[in-house]
Amino acid sequence: MTDKFISIEGISKRFPAAGGGTTTVFEDLWLGMERGTFTCVIGHSGCGKTTVLNVLAGLDRPSDGAVIVDNQSIEGPSLDRAVIFQSHALLPWLTVMGNVAYAVASKWRRWSRAQVEEHAQRFIALVGLSGAERKRPAELSGGMKQRVGIARALSIEPKILLMDEPFSALDALTRGTLQDEVRRICQETGQTVFMITHDVDEAIYLADRIVLMTNGPQAVLAEIVDNPLPADRARDDVHKHPLYYAVRNHVVDFLVTRSKSYTDADKAALDRRNPPIVRPGAPEPAIVSGESASPSWPGLSRPSTSHAG
Amino acid sequence: MTRSLTFRAAIVSILLFAAFVLVWHLATRGSGATVAMDPEYAKLMGATATTGKSAMPGPLDVGATVWGHLKDPFYDRGTNDKGLGIQLGWSILRVTIGYLLAVLVAIPIGFLIGMSPLMSKALDPFIQVLKPISPLAWMPLALYTIKDSGLSAVFVIFICSLWPMLVNTAFGVASVRKEWINVARTLEVGTLRRIFTVLLPAAAPTILTGMRISIGIAWLVIVAAEMLVGGTGIGYFVWNEWNNLSITNVITAILVIGVVGMILDQLLARATRAVTFPE
Repeated sequence: MTDKFISIEGISKRFPAAGGGTTTVFEDLWLGMERGTFTCVIGHSGCGKTTVLNVLAGLDRPSDGAVIVDNQSIEGPSLDRAVIFQSHALLPWLTVMGNVAYAVASKWRRWSRAQVEEHAQRFIALVGLSGAERKRPAELSGGMKQRVGIARALSIEPKILLMDEPFSALDALTRGTLQDEVRRICQETGQTVFMITHDVDEAIYLADRIVLMTNGPQAVLAEIVDNPLPADRARDDVHKHPLYYAVRNHVVDFLVTRSKSYTDADKAALDRRNPPIVRPGAPEPAIVSGESASPSWPGLSRPSTSHAG
Repeated sequence: MTRSLTFRAAIVSILLFAAFVLVWHLATRGSGATVAMDPEYAKLMGATATTGKSAMPGPLDVGATVWGHLKDPFYDRGTNDKGLGIQLGWSILRVTIGYLLAVLVAIPIGFLIGMSPLMSKALDPFIQVLKPISPLAWMPLALYTIKDSGLSAVFVIFICSLWPMLVNTAFGVASVRKEWINVARTLEVGTLRRIFTVLLPAAAPTILTGMRISIGIAWLVIVAAEMLVGGTGIGYFVWNEWNNLSITNVITAILVIGVVGMILDQLLARATRAVTFPE
Protein backbone atom coordinates (compact mmCIF):
# COMPACT_ATOMS: atom_id res chain seq x y z
CA MET A 1 0.00 0.00 0.00
CA THR A 2 2.94 2.29 0.42
CA ASP A 3 4.50 4.36 -2.31
CA LYS A 4 7.68 4.78 -0.30
CA PHE A 5 10.69 2.56 -0.88
CA ILE A 6 11.44 2.45 2.83
CA SER A 7 8.61 3.02 5.23
CA ILE A 8 9.15 3.13 8.97
CA GLU A 9 5.70 2.62 10.41
CA GLY A 10 5.09 3.51 14.01
CA ILE A 11 8.13 1.88 15.56
CA SER A 12 8.89 2.19 19.28
CA LYS A 13 11.74 1.00 21.42
CA ARG A 14 11.36 0.35 25.12
CA PHE A 15 13.78 -1.12 27.61
CA PRO A 16 13.02 -2.43 31.07
CA ALA A 17 14.20 0.31 33.42
CA ALA A 18 16.50 -0.32 36.36
CA GLY A 19 13.93 0.21 39.10
CA GLY A 20 11.08 -1.64 37.39
CA GLY A 21 8.88 -0.12 34.73
CA THR A 22 10.11 0.71 31.27
CA THR A 23 12.20 3.39 29.62
CA THR A 24 10.88 4.50 26.27
CA VAL A 25 13.66 5.58 23.95
CA PHE A 26 11.32 6.66 21.19
CA GLU A 27 7.72 5.99 20.40
CA ASP A 28 5.45 5.84 17.37
CA LEU A 29 8.03 6.94 14.84
CA TRP A 30 6.98 7.21 11.20
CA LEU A 31 9.27 8.01 8.31
CA GLY A 32 9.21 7.31 4.61
CA MET A 33 12.13 7.41 2.21
CA GLU A 34 11.97 7.38 -1.54
CA ARG A 35 14.25 5.34 -3.74
CA GLY A 36 17.53 7.03 -4.50
CA THR A 37 17.29 9.65 -1.75
CA PHE A 38 19.87 10.49 0.88
CA THR A 39 18.42 10.91 4.36
CA CYS A 40 20.42 12.11 7.33
CA VAL A 41 19.25 11.85 10.92
CA ILE A 42 20.49 14.40 13.43
CA GLY A 43 19.78 14.37 17.12
CA HIS A 44 21.57 14.34 20.41
CA SER A 45 23.03 11.18 21.89
CA GLY A 46 20.39 8.99 23.45
CA CYS A 47 17.58 9.93 21.11
CA GLY A 48 17.63 6.47 19.60
CA LYS A 49 19.06 7.21 16.15
CA THR A 50 21.34 4.22 16.26
CA THR A 51 18.44 2.03 17.34
CA VAL A 52 16.45 3.22 14.32
CA LEU A 53 19.39 2.34 12.10
CA ASN A 54 19.82 -1.05 13.73
CA VAL A 55 16.12 -1.74 13.21
CA LEU A 56 16.52 -0.80 9.55
CA ALA A 57 19.53 -3.10 9.36
CA GLY A 58 17.57 -5.91 10.99
CA LEU A 59 20.10 -6.16 13.82
CA ASP A 60 17.57 -4.95 16.37
CA ARG A 61 13.83 -5.37 16.62
CA PRO A 62 11.42 -2.59 17.47
CA SER A 63 9.17 -3.09 20.51
CA ASP A 64 6.25 -2.02 18.35
CA GLY A 65 5.63 -1.17 14.76
CA ALA A 66 7.27 -2.36 11.58
CA VAL A 67 9.59 -1.31 8.81
CA ILE A 68 8.64 -2.03 5.23
CA VAL A 69 11.35 -2.05 2.58
CA ASP A 70 10.37 -2.53 -1.03
CA ASN A 71 6.96 -3.79 0.09
CA GLN A 72 8.45 -6.35 2.44
CA SER A 73 8.53 -6.24 6.19
CA ILE A 74 12.01 -6.42 7.72
CA GLU A 75 12.44 -9.68 9.65
CA GLY A 76 16.19 -9.71 10.10
CA PRO A 77 19.48 -8.66 8.54
CA SER A 78 19.59 -8.83 4.79
CA LEU A 79 22.15 -8.52 2.04
CA ASP A 80 19.84 -5.93 0.49
CA ARG A 81 20.79 -3.53 3.26
CA ALA A 82 24.48 -2.86 3.81
CA VAL A 83 25.76 -1.24 6.98
CA ILE A 84 28.79 0.98 7.29
CA PHE A 85 29.74 0.87 10.94
CA GLN A 86 31.06 3.80 12.91
CA SER A 87 34.12 1.83 13.99
CA HIS A 88 34.60 0.38 10.48
CA ALA A 89 34.29 -3.16 11.96
CA LEU A 90 36.85 -4.72 9.64
CA LEU A 91 37.91 -8.25 10.47
CA PRO A 92 41.53 -7.64 11.54
CA TRP A 93 42.80 -11.09 10.59
CA LEU A 94 41.79 -10.59 6.97
CA THR A 95 43.47 -8.37 4.39
CA VAL A 96 41.69 -5.54 2.61
CA MET A 97 40.90 -7.93 -0.20
CA GLY A 98 39.86 -10.59 2.33
CA ASN A 99 37.42 -8.26 4.02
CA VAL A 100 35.75 -7.15 0.80
CA ALA A 101 35.85 -10.64 -0.70
CA TYR A 102 34.19 -12.02 2.44
CA ALA A 103 31.18 -9.82 1.78
CA VAL A 104 31.16 -10.61 -1.95
CA ALA A 105 31.39 -14.35 -1.31
CA SER A 106 28.55 -14.06 1.21
CA LYS A 107 26.28 -12.52 -1.40
CA TRP A 108 27.23 -14.68 -4.38
CA ARG A 109 27.97 -18.02 -2.76
CA ARG A 110 28.47 -19.95 -5.98
CA TRP A 111 31.05 -17.63 -7.46
CA SER A 112 34.55 -18.90 -8.01
CA ARG A 113 37.38 -17.36 -6.07
CA ALA A 114 38.57 -15.51 -9.17
CA GLN A 115 35.12 -14.04 -9.78
CA VAL A 116 34.86 -12.95 -6.17
CA GLU A 117 38.27 -11.29 -6.21
CA GLU A 118 37.64 -9.56 -9.49
CA HIS A 119 34.38 -8.13 -8.20
CA ALA A 120 35.98 -7.10 -4.90
CA GLN A 121 38.86 -5.52 -6.80
CA ARG A 122 36.43 -3.21 -8.63
CA PHE A 123 35.10 -1.85 -5.36
CA ILE A 124 38.54 -1.53 -3.79
CA ALA A 125 39.49 0.55 -6.82
CA LEU A 126 36.28 2.57 -6.47
CA VAL A 127 37.31 3.81 -3.02
CA GLY A 128 40.85 4.45 -4.23
CA LEU A 129 42.64 1.65 -2.41
CA SER A 130 44.17 -0.18 -5.39
CA GLY A 131 47.59 -1.37 -4.35
CA ALA A 132 46.63 -1.89 -0.70
CA GLU A 133 44.72 -5.14 -1.28
CA ARG A 134 47.17 -7.31 0.61
CA LYS A 135 47.44 -5.02 3.64
CA ARG A 136 45.80 -5.84 6.92
CA PRO A 137 43.55 -3.31 8.68
CA ALA A 138 46.22 -2.65 11.33
CA GLU A 139 48.51 -1.31 8.61
CA LEU A 140 45.94 1.22 7.38
CA SER A 141 45.10 4.72 8.57
CA GLY A 142 41.65 5.46 9.99
CA GLY A 143 40.47 6.95 6.71
CA MET A 144 41.70 3.98 4.69
CA LYS A 145 39.98 1.57 7.08
CA GLN A 146 36.69 3.38 6.63
CA ARG A 147 37.21 3.27 2.84
CA VAL A 148 37.48 -0.50 3.12
CA GLY A 149 34.26 -0.46 5.16
CA ILE A 150 32.59 1.54 2.40
CA ALA A 151 33.96 -0.77 -0.31
CA ARG A 152 32.72 -3.78 1.63
CA ALA A 153 29.24 -2.30 2.00
CA LEU A 154 29.00 -1.25 -1.64
CA SER A 155 30.46 -4.48 -3.01
CA ILE A 156 27.31 -6.45 -2.21
CA GLU A 157 25.38 -3.95 -4.36
CA PRO A 158 22.76 -3.29 -1.71
CA LYS A 159 19.43 -1.61 -2.27
CA ILE A 160 19.98 0.51 0.81
CA LEU A 161 23.09 1.84 2.46
CA LEU A 162 22.91 2.39 6.21
CA MET A 163 25.65 4.49 7.77
CA ASP A 164 26.11 5.00 11.50
CA GLU A 165 28.27 8.10 11.94
CA PRO A 166 30.72 6.72 9.41
CA PHE A 167 33.11 9.65 9.49
CA SER A 168 32.96 10.71 13.13
CA ALA A 169 36.21 8.97 14.06
CA LEU A 170 38.18 10.63 11.27
CA ASP A 171 40.15 13.86 11.15
CA ALA A 172 38.54 16.80 9.35
CA LEU A 173 40.56 16.52 6.14
CA THR A 174 39.98 12.81 5.69
CA ARG A 175 36.34 13.28 6.56
CA GLY A 176 35.93 15.83 3.78
CA THR A 177 37.55 13.60 1.19
CA LEU A 178 35.45 10.62 2.17
CA GLN A 179 32.26 12.68 2.16
CA ASP A 180 33.04 13.71 -1.40
CA GLU A 181 33.60 10.13 -2.41
CA VAL A 182 30.50 8.80 -0.71
CA ARG A 183 28.49 11.53 -2.37
CA ARG A 184 29.97 10.76 -5.79
CA ILE A 185 29.46 7.02 -5.41
CA CYS A 186 25.90 7.41 -4.15
CA GLN A 187 25.01 9.68 -7.02
CA GLU A 188 26.60 7.37 -9.56
CA THR A 189 24.91 4.28 -8.22
CA GLY A 190 21.62 5.91 -7.22
CA GLN A 191 21.84 4.44 -3.73
CA THR A 192 19.15 4.96 -1.18
CA VAL A 193 21.03 6.07 1.89
CA PHE A 194 20.12 6.41 5.55
CA MET A 195 22.84 8.04 7.57
CA ILE A 196 23.29 9.11 11.17
CA THR A 197 25.51 12.05 11.90
CA HIS A 198 26.29 14.69 14.49
CA ASP A 199 27.81 17.01 11.95
CA VAL A 200 25.39 19.64 10.65
CA ASP A 201 27.59 20.64 7.69
CA GLU A 202 28.02 17.02 6.71
CA ALA A 203 24.26 16.55 6.73
CA ILE A 204 23.67 19.65 4.62
CA TYR A 205 26.34 18.66 2.13
CA LEU A 206 25.21 15.07 1.72
CA ALA A 207 21.53 14.82 2.46
CA ASP A 208 18.41 15.46 0.45
CA ARG A 209 16.41 15.42 3.62
CA ILE A 210 17.51 15.96 7.19
CA VAL A 211 15.47 14.30 9.90
CA LEU A 212 15.51 16.07 13.25
CA MET A 213 14.88 14.11 16.42
CA THR A 214 14.23 15.56 19.86
CA ASN A 215 16.19 14.48 22.93
CA GLY A 216 15.49 11.12 24.47
CA PRO A 217 13.99 9.47 26.34
CA GLN A 218 10.63 9.57 24.62
CA ALA A 219 12.26 11.11 21.59
CA VAL A 220 10.09 12.02 18.65
CA LEU A 221 10.75 12.79 15.04
CA ALA A 222 10.09 16.53 15.25
CA GLU A 223 10.42 17.53 11.61
CA ILE A 224 11.96 16.78 8.30
CA VAL A 225 14.10 19.47 6.71
CA ASP A 226 13.94 19.42 2.96
CA ASN A 227 17.38 20.48 1.81
CA PRO A 228 16.89 23.43 -0.59
CA LEU A 229 20.44 23.33 -1.96
CA PRO A 230 20.82 22.27 -5.59
CA ALA A 231 21.62 18.62 -6.26
CA ASP A 232 24.86 19.47 -8.04
CA ARG A 233 26.35 21.25 -5.05
CA ALA A 234 30.11 21.07 -4.66
CA ARG A 235 32.17 21.10 -1.50
CA ASP A 236 34.20 24.17 -2.41
CA ASP A 237 31.26 26.53 -2.77
CA VAL A 238 28.29 24.90 -1.06
CA HIS A 239 28.76 27.15 1.95
CA LYS A 240 28.48 30.23 -0.28
CA HIS A 241 25.04 29.32 -1.47
CA PRO A 242 22.55 31.92 -0.22
CA LEU A 243 20.36 29.29 1.37
CA TYR A 244 23.20 27.44 3.10
CA TYR A 245 23.03 29.36 6.34
CA ALA A 246 19.25 29.34 6.35
CA VAL A 247 19.38 25.55 6.51
CA ARG A 248 22.33 25.52 8.86
CA ASN A 249 20.78 28.00 11.27
CA HIS A 250 17.52 26.13 11.26
CA VAL A 251 19.19 22.83 12.11
CA VAL A 252 21.54 24.35 14.70
CA ASP A 253 18.66 26.22 16.35
CA PHE A 254 16.81 22.96 16.59
CA LEU A 255 19.78 21.13 18.12
CA VAL A 256 20.66 23.91 20.55
CA THR A 257 17.23 24.90 21.81
CA ARG A 258 14.21 23.27 20.28
CA SER A 259 15.35 19.67 20.70
CA LYS A 260 15.36 20.27 24.47
CA SER A 261 12.31 22.49 24.77
CA TYR A 262 10.03 20.23 22.82
CA THR A 263 7.14 19.94 25.27
CA ASP A 264 4.62 17.20 25.79
CA ALA A 265 2.03 19.54 24.29
CA ASP A 266 4.18 19.86 21.20
CA LYS A 267 4.46 16.11 21.08
CA ALA A 268 0.71 15.74 21.42
CA ALA A 269 0.12 18.25 18.65
CA LEU A 270 2.57 16.48 16.33
CA ASP A 271 1.06 14.47 13.53
CA ARG A 272 3.45 11.57 13.88
CA ARG A 273 2.45 9.89 10.66
CA ASN A 274 3.15 13.04 8.66
CA PRO A 275 5.80 15.02 10.48
CA PRO A 276 6.11 18.62 9.28
CA ILE A 277 8.37 19.10 6.30
CA VAL A 278 10.30 22.34 6.52
CA ARG A 279 12.11 24.00 3.66
CA PRO A 280 14.30 26.70 5.23
CA GLY A 281 14.80 29.77 3.15
CA ALA A 282 11.65 29.23 1.17
CA PRO A 283 9.12 32.04 1.48
CA GLU A 284 7.36 30.44 4.36
CA PRO A 285 5.45 32.43 6.95
CA ALA A 286 6.50 30.21 9.82
CA ILE A 287 10.10 31.27 9.44
CA VAL A 288 10.03 34.90 8.35
CA SER A 289 7.04 36.03 10.40
CA GLY A 290 7.89 38.46 13.18
CA GLU A 291 11.03 39.67 11.50
CA SER A 292 10.26 43.09 10.12
CA ALA A 293 11.85 43.79 6.78
CA SER A 294 14.16 40.87 6.67
CA PRO A 295 15.05 39.33 3.33
CA SER A 296 13.18 36.26 2.24
CA TRP A 297 16.06 34.09 3.37
CA PRO A 298 18.06 34.92 6.46
CA GLY A 299 21.29 33.77 4.91
CA LEU A 300 21.90 37.17 3.32
CA SER A 301 21.79 38.96 6.62
CA ARG A 302 25.07 37.36 7.60
CA PRO A 303 28.35 38.96 6.67
CA SER A 304 29.51 37.64 3.38
CA THR A 305 32.30 35.13 3.60
CA SER A 306 33.07 35.10 -0.08
CA HIS A 307 34.95 38.34 -0.61
CA ALA A 308 38.37 37.02 0.31
CA GLY A 309 38.72 34.85 -2.77
CA MET B 1 79.59 0.58 21.53
CA THR B 2 76.87 -1.43 23.23
CA ARG B 3 75.96 -4.86 21.96
CA SER B 4 72.36 -5.89 21.44
CA LEU B 5 70.26 -6.63 24.49
CA THR B 6 69.97 -10.30 23.50
CA PHE B 7 73.74 -10.63 23.36
CA ARG B 8 74.25 -8.99 26.74
CA ALA B 9 71.49 -11.08 28.29
CA ALA B 10 73.13 -14.22 26.91
CA ILE B 11 76.44 -13.24 28.49
CA VAL B 12 74.75 -12.76 31.87
CA SER B 13 72.94 -16.09 31.51
CA ILE B 14 76.20 -17.90 30.78
CA LEU B 15 77.94 -16.23 33.70
CA LEU B 16 75.11 -17.15 36.08
CA PHE B 17 75.17 -20.74 34.86
CA ALA B 18 78.94 -20.95 35.26
CA ALA B 19 78.68 -19.53 38.79
CA PHE B 20 75.96 -22.02 39.68
CA VAL B 21 77.96 -24.96 38.35
CA LEU B 22 81.07 -23.75 40.17
CA VAL B 23 79.25 -23.43 43.50
CA TRP B 24 77.66 -26.80 42.96
CA HIS B 25 81.03 -28.34 42.19
CA LEU B 26 82.70 -26.81 45.25
CA ALA B 27 79.80 -27.77 47.51
CA THR B 28 79.86 -31.42 46.54
CA ARG B 29 83.64 -31.81 46.32
CA GLY B 30 84.47 -31.57 49.97
CA SER B 31 84.85 -34.63 52.11
CA GLY B 32 83.16 -35.07 55.41
CA ALA B 33 84.29 -36.95 58.45
CA THR B 34 85.20 -40.58 57.93
CA VAL B 35 84.74 -43.32 60.41
CA ALA B 36 87.07 -46.27 60.71
CA MET B 37 85.13 -49.43 60.18
CA ASP B 38 85.27 -53.03 59.27
CA PRO B 39 86.18 -53.44 55.54
CA GLU B 40 83.17 -55.71 54.92
CA TYR B 41 80.90 -53.15 56.49
CA ALA B 42 82.59 -50.33 54.56
CA LYS B 43 81.69 -52.07 51.27
CA LEU B 44 78.05 -51.96 52.24
CA MET B 45 78.22 -48.34 53.32
CA GLY B 46 79.75 -47.03 50.09
CA ALA B 47 81.99 -44.07 49.42
CA THR B 48 80.01 -41.57 51.49
CA ALA B 49 80.85 -43.28 54.75
CA THR B 50 84.35 -44.53 53.97
CA THR B 51 86.00 -41.64 52.16
CA GLY B 52 83.67 -38.85 53.24
CA LYS B 53 82.56 -38.20 49.64
CA SER B 54 79.42 -36.08 49.38
CA ALA B 55 76.22 -38.06 48.79
CA MET B 56 75.10 -35.40 46.33
CA PRO B 57 76.59 -35.88 42.86
CA GLY B 58 78.62 -33.01 41.47
CA PRO B 59 78.09 -31.37 38.09
CA LEU B 60 80.72 -33.57 36.53
CA ASP B 61 78.93 -36.77 37.60
CA VAL B 62 75.63 -35.45 36.29
CA GLY B 63 77.29 -34.29 33.08
CA ALA B 64 78.76 -37.72 32.52
CA THR B 65 75.36 -39.36 33.14
CA VAL B 66 73.58 -36.97 30.80
CA TRP B 67 76.16 -37.70 28.15
CA GLY B 68 75.68 -41.41 28.70
CA HIS B 69 71.92 -41.10 28.24
CA LEU B 70 72.31 -38.90 25.19
CA LYS B 71 74.68 -41.37 23.57
CA ASP B 72 72.25 -44.23 23.93
CA PRO B 73 68.74 -42.96 24.58
CA PHE B 74 66.78 -45.93 23.25
CA TYR B 75 68.29 -49.02 24.84
CA ASP B 76 65.97 -51.54 26.40
CA ARG B 77 67.41 -53.98 28.92
CA GLY B 78 64.25 -55.16 30.58
CA THR B 79 61.42 -53.68 32.57
CA ASN B 80 63.41 -51.45 34.87
CA ASP B 81 66.27 -50.50 32.59
CA LYS B 82 65.16 -48.59 29.52
CA GLY B 83 66.79 -45.63 27.82
CA LEU B 84 65.72 -42.11 28.72
CA GLY B 85 64.44 -41.64 25.16
CA ILE B 86 62.04 -44.54 25.48
CA GLN B 87 60.74 -43.28 28.85
CA LEU B 88 60.27 -39.78 27.45
CA GLY B 89 58.58 -41.20 24.37
CA TRP B 90 56.00 -42.95 26.54
CA SER B 91 55.32 -39.79 28.53
CA ILE B 92 55.00 -37.64 25.42
CA LEU B 93 52.72 -40.23 23.80
CA ARG B 94 50.40 -40.27 26.82
CA VAL B 95 50.35 -36.48 27.05
CA THR B 96 49.66 -36.17 23.31
CA ILE B 97 46.74 -38.61 23.32
CA GLY B 98 45.13 -37.20 26.48
CA TYR B 99 45.70 -33.65 25.33
CA LEU B 100 44.28 -34.16 21.84
CA LEU B 101 41.20 -35.87 23.29
CA ALA B 102 40.78 -32.85 25.56
CA VAL B 103 41.07 -30.51 22.54
CA LEU B 104 38.36 -32.47 20.74
CA VAL B 105 36.03 -32.19 23.71
CA ALA B 106 36.90 -28.77 25.15
CA ILE B 107 36.78 -26.64 22.01
CA PRO B 108 33.32 -27.65 20.74
CA ILE B 109 31.86 -27.40 24.25
CA GLY B 110 33.66 -24.10 24.72
CA PHE B 111 32.02 -22.78 21.54
CA LEU B 112 28.64 -24.00 22.76
CA ILE B 113 29.07 -22.23 26.10
CA GLY B 114 30.45 -19.10 24.47
CA MET B 115 27.63 -18.87 21.96
CA SER B 116 24.68 -19.85 24.11
CA PRO B 117 23.98 -17.89 27.30
CA LEU B 118 21.60 -20.69 28.29
CA MET B 119 24.25 -23.42 28.06
CA SER B 120 26.73 -21.11 29.72
CA LYS B 121 24.53 -20.76 32.77
CA ALA B 122 23.45 -24.40 32.73
CA LEU B 123 26.96 -25.87 32.54
CA ASP B 124 28.59 -23.36 34.84
CA PRO B 125 27.95 -25.22 38.14
CA PHE B 126 29.43 -28.45 36.74
CA ILE B 127 32.55 -26.67 35.52
CA GLN B 128 32.94 -24.78 38.78
CA VAL B 129 32.85 -28.03 40.78
CA LEU B 130 34.90 -30.20 38.45
CA LYS B 131 37.61 -27.65 37.61
CA PRO B 132 39.32 -27.41 41.03
CA ILE B 133 39.60 -31.19 41.49
CA SER B 134 43.22 -32.31 41.43
CA PRO B 135 43.62 -34.51 38.36
CA LEU B 136 45.32 -37.18 40.48
CA ALA B 137 42.17 -37.51 42.57
CA TRP B 138 40.57 -39.08 39.50
CA MET B 139 43.26 -41.75 39.36
CA PRO B 140 41.64 -44.42 41.59
CA LEU B 141 38.33 -43.97 39.81
CA ALA B 142 40.08 -44.22 36.46
CA LEU B 143 42.01 -47.33 37.51
CA TYR B 144 38.82 -48.94 38.75
CA THR B 145 36.74 -48.20 35.65
CA ILE B 146 39.35 -48.39 32.88
CA LYS B 147 41.34 -51.23 34.47
CA ASP B 148 44.46 -50.23 32.57
CA SER B 149 47.15 -48.16 34.20
CA GLY B 150 48.45 -46.62 30.96
CA LEU B 151 44.99 -45.55 29.83
CA SER B 152 44.28 -44.23 33.32
CA ALA B 153 47.28 -41.95 33.00
CA VAL B 154 45.94 -40.78 29.63
CA PHE B 155 42.57 -40.12 31.24
CA VAL B 156 44.19 -38.05 33.98
CA ILE B 157 45.99 -35.99 31.32
CA PHE B 158 42.69 -35.57 29.49
CA ILE B 159 40.86 -34.34 32.55
CA CYS B 160 43.57 -31.91 33.59
CA SER B 161 43.98 -30.43 30.09
CA LEU B 162 40.25 -30.02 29.65
CA TRP B 163 39.46 -27.10 31.94
CA PRO B 164 41.84 -24.34 30.87
CA MET B 165 40.96 -24.97 27.22
CA LEU B 166 37.23 -25.12 27.94
CA VAL B 167 37.16 -21.98 30.02
CA ASN B 168 39.39 -20.01 27.64
CA THR B 169 37.46 -21.09 24.55
CA ALA B 170 34.16 -20.14 26.15
CA PHE B 171 35.56 -16.80 27.25
CA GLY B 172 37.18 -16.11 23.88
CA VAL B 173 34.03 -16.93 21.94
CA ALA B 174 31.76 -14.99 24.28
CA SER B 175 33.91 -11.88 24.08
CA VAL B 176 34.19 -11.71 20.29
CA ARG B 177 33.39 -8.12 19.38
CA LYS B 178 29.72 -7.55 18.75
CA GLU B 179 30.46 -5.52 15.64
CA TRP B 180 32.30 -8.42 13.96
CA ILE B 181 29.30 -10.64 14.64
CA ASN B 182 27.05 -7.90 13.30
CA VAL B 183 29.12 -7.79 10.12
CA ALA B 184 28.47 -11.48 9.63
CA ARG B 185 24.79 -11.04 10.46
CA THR B 186 24.25 -8.24 7.96
CA LEU B 187 25.94 -10.43 5.35
CA GLU B 188 23.46 -13.24 6.17
CA VAL B 189 26.29 -15.61 7.04
CA GLY B 190 24.95 -18.91 8.43
CA THR B 191 25.84 -20.18 11.89
CA LEU B 192 28.39 -22.77 10.80
CA ARG B 193 30.17 -20.39 8.42
CA ARG B 194 30.04 -17.69 11.09
CA ILE B 195 31.76 -20.04 13.54
CA PHE B 196 34.60 -20.77 11.15
CA THR B 197 35.01 -17.35 9.54
CA VAL B 198 34.42 -14.99 12.46
CA LEU B 199 34.27 -16.66 15.88
CA LEU B 200 37.18 -19.06 15.39
CA PRO B 201 39.71 -16.55 14.05
CA ALA B 202 38.58 -13.89 16.53
CA ALA B 203 38.80 -16.24 19.51
CA ALA B 204 41.87 -18.16 18.30
CA PRO B 205 44.43 -16.22 20.38
CA THR B 206 42.42 -16.81 23.57
CA ILE B 207 41.84 -20.48 22.69
CA LEU B 208 45.54 -21.01 22.00
CA THR B 209 46.39 -19.35 25.33
CA GLY B 210 44.15 -21.92 27.02
CA MET B 211 45.82 -24.70 25.06
CA ARG B 212 49.22 -23.43 26.16
CA ILE B 213 48.19 -23.43 29.82
CA SER B 214 46.79 -26.93 29.34
CA ILE B 215 49.94 -28.41 27.82
CA GLY B 216 51.92 -26.97 30.73
CA ILE B 217 49.61 -28.56 33.28
CA ALA B 218 49.53 -31.85 31.37
CA TRP B 219 53.32 -32.05 31.44
CA LEU B 220 53.33 -31.32 35.18
CA VAL B 221 50.73 -33.96 35.86
CA ILE B 222 52.17 -36.75 33.71
CA VAL B 223 55.22 -37.05 35.98
CA ALA B 224 53.06 -37.48 39.06
CA ALA B 225 50.65 -39.80 37.26
CA GLU B 226 53.44 -42.05 36.04
CA MET B 227 54.96 -42.23 39.50
CA LEU B 228 51.61 -43.68 40.58
CA VAL B 229 50.87 -46.04 37.71
CA GLY B 230 54.47 -47.17 37.12
CA GLY B 231 55.74 -49.30 34.28
CA THR B 232 57.04 -46.77 31.81
CA GLY B 233 57.45 -43.04 31.39
CA ILE B 234 59.69 -40.34 32.71
CA GLY B 235 57.75 -40.06 35.98
CA TYR B 236 58.24 -43.76 36.61
CA PHE B 237 61.93 -43.36 35.71
CA VAL B 238 62.36 -40.68 38.38
CA TRP B 239 60.70 -42.81 41.03
CA ASN B 240 62.59 -45.91 39.98
CA GLU B 241 65.92 -44.09 40.17
CA TRP B 242 64.95 -42.75 43.60
CA ASN B 243 64.41 -46.32 44.71
CA ASN B 244 67.83 -47.13 43.25
CA LEU B 245 69.21 -44.16 45.20
CA SER B 246 70.70 -42.91 41.92
CA ILE B 247 70.57 -39.18 42.56
CA THR B 248 72.54 -38.55 39.37
CA ASN B 249 69.80 -40.12 37.29
CA VAL B 250 67.12 -38.24 39.22
CA ILE B 251 68.83 -34.93 38.52
CA THR B 252 69.27 -35.90 34.87
CA ALA B 253 65.58 -36.71 34.60
CA ILE B 254 64.65 -33.41 36.24
CA LEU B 255 66.72 -31.56 33.65
CA VAL B 256 65.16 -33.49 30.79
CA ILE B 257 61.63 -32.90 32.10
CA GLY B 258 62.36 -29.18 32.18
CA VAL B 259 63.74 -29.12 28.65
CA VAL B 260 60.82 -31.08 27.18
CA GLY B 261 58.31 -28.89 29.04
CA MET B 262 60.00 -25.82 27.62
CA ILE B 263 59.84 -27.21 24.09
CA LEU B 264 56.13 -28.03 24.42
CA ASP B 265 55.43 -24.55 25.77
CA GLN B 266 57.40 -22.90 22.98
CA LEU B 267 55.53 -24.88 20.33
CA LEU B 268 52.21 -23.58 21.64
CA ALA B 269 53.61 -20.08 22.08
CA ARG B 270 54.64 -20.11 18.43
CA ALA B 271 51.18 -21.32 17.40
CA THR B 272 49.61 -18.53 19.48
CA ARG B 273 51.76 -15.94 17.73
CA ALA B 274 50.75 -17.36 14.35
CA VAL B 275 47.03 -16.79 15.00
CA THR B 276 47.33 -13.48 16.82
CA PHE B 277 46.24 -10.53 14.74
CA PRO B 278 47.17 -6.90 15.35
CA GLU B 279 44.26 -4.55 15.82
